Amino acid sequence: MVEPQPHRVTLPNGLRVVLAPDAEPGSTEPGGPPVVGVSVHYDVGFRSEPEGRTGFAHLFEHLMFQGSESLEKLAHFRHVQGSGGIFNGSTHQDYTDYFQVLPSNALERALFLEADRMRAPRLTEENLRNQVDVVKEEIRLNVLNRPYGGFPWILLPPVLYSTFANAHNGYGDFTDLERATVDDCAAFFDTFYAPGNAVLTITGDIDVDQATDLVHKHFGDVPARSVPPRPSFAEPAPSGELRDRHRDPHAPLPAVALGYRLPDPVGELDEYLANVVLAAVLSDGDASRLQQRLVYRDSLVVDVQAGAGLMGAPLDARDPDTFTVTAIHSPEVATDRVIDAVDSELERLATEGPSAEELSRVTARWAAGLHRDHDRLVSRTLDLGSAELLHGRAELVGELPGRVAAVTAEEVASAAKALRPEARAVLEIEPTSESDGGTA
Amino acid sequence: MTSATHRSAERIGSTELGPRPLPPLAEPRAGRQPETVDTVLDNGLRVIAARHGAVPMVELRLRIPFAGEDPGHPARAEVLAETLLTGTRRRDRVRMDTDLAAVGGTLQATVDPERLSITGDALADGMETLLDVLTDALTEASYPEHEVSGERDRLVERITVARSQPRTIAREELQRHRYGDHPFVREVPQAADVAEVTAEQVRQLHREAVLPRGSTLVLVGDIDPERTVRTVRRMTSEWHSAEAARELPALPEVKGSDVRLVHREGAVQSQLRFSAQAVPRTDERYPALQIANLVFGGYFSSRLVENIREDKGYTYGAHSAFEFTPGNGTVLVDADTASEVTAAALLEIRYELGRFALVPPSVAEVESARQYAIGGLLTSTSSQSGLASTLMNVASVGLGQDWLSEHPERLRAVTREQVAEAARWYVPTAFTGIVVGDAEQLGEQLRGLGGVTLP
Repeated sequence: MVEPQPHRVTLPNGLRVVLAPDAEPGSTEPGGPPVVGVSVHYDVGFRSEPEGRTGFAHLFEHLMFQGSESLEKLAHFRHVQGSGGIFNGSTHQDYTDYFQVLPSNALERALFLEADRMRAPRLTEENLRNQVDVVKEEIRLNVLNRPYGGFPWILLPPVLYSTFANAHNGYGDFTDLERATVDDCAAFFDTFYAPGNAVLTITGDIDVDQATDLVHKHFGDVPARSVPPRPSFAEPAPSGELRDRHRDPHAPLPAVALGYRLPDPVGELDEYLANVVLAAVLSDGDASRLQQRLVYRDSLVVDVQAGAGLMGAPLDARDPDTFTVTAIHSPEVATDRVIDAVDSELERLATEGPSAEELSRVTARWAAGLHRDHDRLVSRTLDLGSAELLHGRAELVGELPGRVAAVTAEEVASAAKALRPEARAVLEIEPTSESDGGTA
Repeated sequence: MTSATHRSAERIGSTELGPRPLPPLAEPRAGRQPETVDTVLDNGLRVIAARHGAVPMVELRLRIPFAGEDPGHPARAEVLAETLLTGTRRRDRVRMDTDLAAVGGTLQATVDPERLSITGDALADGMETLLDVLTDALTEASYPEHEVSGERDRLVERITVARSQPRTIAREELQRHRYGDHPFVREVPQAADVAEVTAEQVRQLHREAVLPRGSTLVLVGDIDPERTVRTVRRMTSEWHSAEAARELPALPEVKGSDVRLVHREGAVQSQLRFSAQAVPRTDERYPALQIANLVFGGYFSSRLVENIREDKGYTYGAHSAFEFTPGNGTVLVDADTASEVTAAALLEIRYELGRFALVPPSVAEVESARQYAIGGLLTSTSSQSGLASTLMNVASVGLGQDWLSEHPERLRAVTREQVAEAARWYVPTAFTGIVVGDAEQLGEQLRGLGGVTLP
C-alpha cells in the first residue's frame, strides 16, 4: 500500500493546513468509508504554563469547549454529536489538540465549529468555575482516588528534571486551579491560540480542492496575531542518580520507575528512533528481554514496561523527552533487585546488541501497528497533525516504518549504553495502606 | 499571564461581524457494506469473514462461550486464559510470540463469566500464520507446569492490584447487589482459589470447555471472505466437539431496590453505579430504547451529563449504557463524584430518572440522538478493528452484518412516541445500585436522602 502524500496549504493569517484524503484526486481506487477527521493542534502544552498556574493549559482546553461567539455553552457538543460525530481534546507537554470525527456530510459544520472558537471563544467566570470543578473530578478519578495515579507521568518528572517547565505537574494543584481567573484565560488565548500557532488537519472522505475552499471560507477571517517565540525547555542532563519515593495510600504493591533523558526527538531523530526500537526489544511481547528475564525467568515483577515518551507514546514531545522503565513488584523483592536486573539486561544489549530476529520482530510489528493506527481515523488525523506541528513534516508519519526498519543493532546497542545509572531518576512507589478497606 | 498586553475576555468573545449561522449538513454519501460471508462449519464454529478497509491488515476475534457454575471455575478459567498461548507440542511461549511478530501479529486471551475471548491482528498476508498459532493453541495447548505455576503466582498479585481499583470494587459490588451469587458476578477470581489451580485442572477445563460448537470467529480486513472461510475450515479441522460450548445460565430480572452504600477507606471520590432491567438487543423495542438511552445519559449531549457535569460540576463523566448477554439486556448508569457532592449527585440522578420517565424527550433531543446513533455506527465500524469488535458484539446475541446494515433504517423509523414509551424503563423505582465511598463522610447525607442502605 502506498501512503498518499499529505497536501499542504498555509492561510495568510498563518494557519497551517494538512489535508490527507483517503484517495488521490482522480484515483480509480475506491474511497474509504464516508467519514472525515478534523483536528486542530495548538503549539502550547503544559510545559508553557507559568509558575503558580499549574494545570492551566489543560483547564484552558476544557474552556475551549464552553462556547464561542456563534455557539452557546453546550452547542459545540450538541452540533458535533447531533451530526453523528465524536469529539475530544487533550493536553500534552508541548501541544494541545482538539478533534472531531464525523460522517463526511458534516465536514463544513466541523470546520465552522473549530473556526468559531479559534476566532472568538466565550471565556466567562461561570464556565471557568464549572470547569475547575470538572477538572478536579478528573484529577480525583485519574490520580487521587486510585492506585498508581499519575505514575509515572506526574511523579517522575520532578525527580529527573530541575526546571519548573519540565518538572511540574501538568494536571495541576487544586490551589493553582482555583486561583485561575478569566483574565488569565484571555491572556493565554491571546498569547498562544493565534492561527499562526496552530495546525489544522483534515483527513478521510474529502475532496482536497473542496475542503481547501471550506477552510478559506471559515478560517480566512480569523485575524492574524503575533506568534510567541517558542521557548527552549533544555536543561542539563542529571550528573548523578537522582532518587525519590512517593507514598501511595491506594497501591497494594510497590512499584518503581526509571527515567532517562532521550536524544532530541526533532534534531536527533534517528538516535531517538534507536531508543524506540530499544524499548520494543526490552518489553514488547512475551519474547522481549525484560519480560523474559524479570517476569518469566526470575519472577521479580508482576508487570514491566519500557518506552520512549512520558505520556505513553514516542514522538509526542520536543526536547527534552524521557525514556521510562516502570515495574510493579512484590514486596518480597527489593527494588534494587529489579533495578539491577534491568541494568544487567541493558548492559547485555549495550555489549552484544539485539539479534537480527529481535530487530525484524520489532520492524514487522511497527509496520503493522502503523497500519492499524492509520485505519482509525482519529489516530491518523492526530498523528499527522502532531508530526506537522512538532517536526514540520506530516510525511514523517508514513516514513516511520522505513526509518524504524533501518535502525541497526549497533545503534540499539549505543542507545542501551546511554541509559546509564549515573544519569537517571529512580522513583519508588511505597504502598502505605495495609488493606484497601472494607470490601475484601 | 505571559502576554503583557492582551484583549479582555469580552473583546475576545465578539467580532465586528457578530454571530454566524451554523452551516447545514451536506447530502450524506452512502457507505458500502462490507462483502461478508457468515457460515457455520461442520465443527459447529460460526465464521464471519468480511472484506473491509484500505490497510493490509486482518483483525481476529474469537468468542468461546465459557460459563461455569462451579465456584472454582473462575480461577481455573483465569489461569487457562493466561497460559493458553504459552506452549504447545510445537511451540513454547517465545516461539509463539516470535512467529506472530514475524507477520506483525499479536494474540491475547481474556476471560469473563460469559466467554473466553481471543483478540488478534496481523498483516493480511500473514493471516495463515495467525490462524496457525491460534489453532495450535486451541487444539494442542499443553499448559507447561512452569508456565502455569508462574502465571498463577503473578495472577495472585495482579488480582490484588485489580481489587485496589475503585472501578473494579464498584463493579463487583454492583454485580453482587443485583445478581446475588449467580455465576455472572464472578468476574475477578479469588486469589486463594487461583493459588490452588493445577496444570492438570487447566488441561481438563480446556478439554471440556474450549469447544468450537457454539463459538464464533470473526475475521475482518484486507481479505477475500470466501477464501478466508475455506482457509479457516481447513485449519480448524482438528478442532471439533460433539458438545456445545457453555453459555451463561439465564440471568434473573433486575428489580428496583434500595441503593447500598459500601465503605472504602480513604476514598476521596465515590463510585455511583445503578442498574435496571432493559430489553435484549434483538427485541423490536431496542432501537427506540437505544435513542432514549442516548437522550438520558448515553452521550455527552444528554440530560444527565448536561446536568451533573456541565451545570453542577459534580463529575468528570456520567454515562448510561446497555449490557447485553444472550437473551437479556440491562441498563447501567454510572458517575464518579467527590465525597462532598455524592449525595447531591445521587439526588440529581434520581431527579433526571424521574423527569425522563415523566417528561417525554423533545423532538430536538430525539433527532440529535438518532443522528448520533446512525453516525456512531458509521464512525465506529469505519476501521477494521471497529467493525470486527462490533460484528462480534452483535454475533454474540445471534445477529450479524445484515442486522448492522439494516440498523440505520430501524433507527430512522423510530417515532417520538416510541422513545417516550421506552423512557418509562427509566422510572427511578426500576433501579437498584451501589455507592462506594468513604461511609464516614457520606453516611449522614445519604441517610437523610433515603432509599440507601448504610453499612
